[in-house]
Amino acid sequence: MALAPPLMPVFGRKISSKNDMVPNWSSQEVSTGTTIMAVEYDGGVVIGADSRTTTGAYIANRVTDKLTPIHDRIFCCRSGSAADTQAIADVVTYQLGFHSIELDEPPLVETAANLFRASCYRYREELTAGILVAGWDRRKGGQVYSVPVGGMLVRQPVSVGGSGSSYVYGFMDSNYKPGLSKDQCLELAAAALSLAMERDGSSGGVVRLATISEEGVERRVILGNQLPKFSTH
Amino acid sequence: MATLTMSRAPLGGFSFENCKRNAVLESEASKLGCSFPAARKTGTTICGVVFKDGVVLGADTRATEGMVVADKNCSKIHYISPNIYCCGAGTAADTEMTTQIISSNLELHGLSTGRTPRVVTANRMLKQMLFRYQGYIGAALVLGGVDCNGPHLYSIYPHGSTDKLPYVTMGSGSLAAMAVFEDRYKPNMEEEDAKQLVRDAIAAGIFNDLGSGSNIDLCVITKGNVDYLRPHDEANKKGVRLNELETVQLTGDYKYKRGTTAVLTKAVTPLDLELVAESVQTMDTS
Repeated sequence: MALAPPLMPVFGRKISSKNDMVPNWSSQEVSTGTTIMAVEYDGGVVIGADSRTTTGAYIANRVTDKLTPIHDRIFCCRSGSAADTQAIADVVTYQLGFHSIELDEPPLVETAANLFRASCYRYREELTAGILVAGWDRRKGGQVYSVPVGGMLVRQPVSVGGSGSSYVYGFMDSNYKPGLSKDQCLELAAAALSLAMERDGSSGGVVRLATISEEGVERRVILGNQLPKFSTH
Repeated sequence: MATLTMSRAPLGGFSFENCKRNAVLESEASKLGCSFPAARKTGTTICGVVFKDGVVLGADTRATEGMVVADKNCSKIHYISPNIYCCGAGTAADTEMTTQIISSNLELHGLSTGRTPRVVTANRMLKQMLFRYQGYIGAALVLGGVDCNGPHLYSIYPHGSTDKLPYVTMGSGSLAAMAVFEDRYKPNMEEEDAKQLVRDAIAAGIFNDLGSGSNIDLCVITKGNVDYLRPHDEANKKGVRLNELETVQLTGDYKYKRGTTAVLTKAVTPLDLELVAESVQTMDTS
């Protein structure tokens, strides 16, 4: 018979419990905070993310790689709980790899997105995971699918996610146009991520970008001092 | 004739069966006036660093139970396999049992594959177990080792997320230790520099965090060799108590010198024993 956690006896007291600065591993879950985004262009996709993982107010990892390969030409951008997204990504990587071997063909991006959606929707009450699935396949070229918290699945030409995304919806709406080239997409992504990282406390570090196309995956890192600057006064 | 028993495969998810019993026991105990012993937490500063030839893991040695030090010299660097060691912070029992379970499974896995285990395998086993228990196992770990692909260092959080980094710190003293690392870490350090850096990081945790203290343990893992230095540095030696009048060391010496008690007389009586009876009992060895 399943019992709710509050009935479990609580053991011990913490030595430094009042100080929020010192991370308390048992109560504060590691969150990717985050700003992630993905843009389609003709021939592939550009994906990007910041690199900050937080436990409360402490930055547990300042050089996180949130762009996780699921298959040769399919990546996912992770936001939400670090543990949940890592576990889901591992499961989907296995499922997609198995499926691809059975098919004897590179898998479709839509398949990967559906596998994410299946896990995220089934366990929606237990999970906190906002994921962008992006990649290239022969059937539909570059595609971006958004699987936010709750387990919805929708294909979008451009999508942002994570806590920092709120600050850049306006920027995306005004600056994105269909038909951008690969380099324009990269510039757009770098600019959007920098703006979000500037305003969101849970986003920061370096900007990680990747381009996925028929030729392959090209990864790059933009360090803090090389980020595009915008005057704020 | 012994019968083979198969243990039931875990049904998946956390087993809450004992929670009701625990709650009943606790309420009955408090009615009688006694309370449950608090789970011993390790407070702790643990850290690890990757250097040119391998990894150095470090830990303090204080285990706390609430506000009291339960163990002044506990060992927080646990064995996983001959080439992989794991430091544990959080609930002491959880880190101990988790590392032992994974160590056992990894040994069986190694026998099955016929290869020395890889650090990434240990990492995956640990993260999948901790995720399955949804953070209820309070084990925050620093996993380090050297395998066929070189030196590797991982930090593993109680909820099951992991980070692969060149230097990591965990525990209540992690902020103090990380400050030392962020200041002085360089890639491809020499072994002595790496040991000094880890020693200084743990010392920062010991002297600036209440939950960490006592001595510094180090574990240096390189290809084909492990130096388990316990203690590497006795940072907190207990002072020697002196008697003010005689400046004689009082601590620890409970022997009395010959002559403390004066001997007045001495009489020696030898006892002559004669054999009265002898019987032999044979042992039945059939």
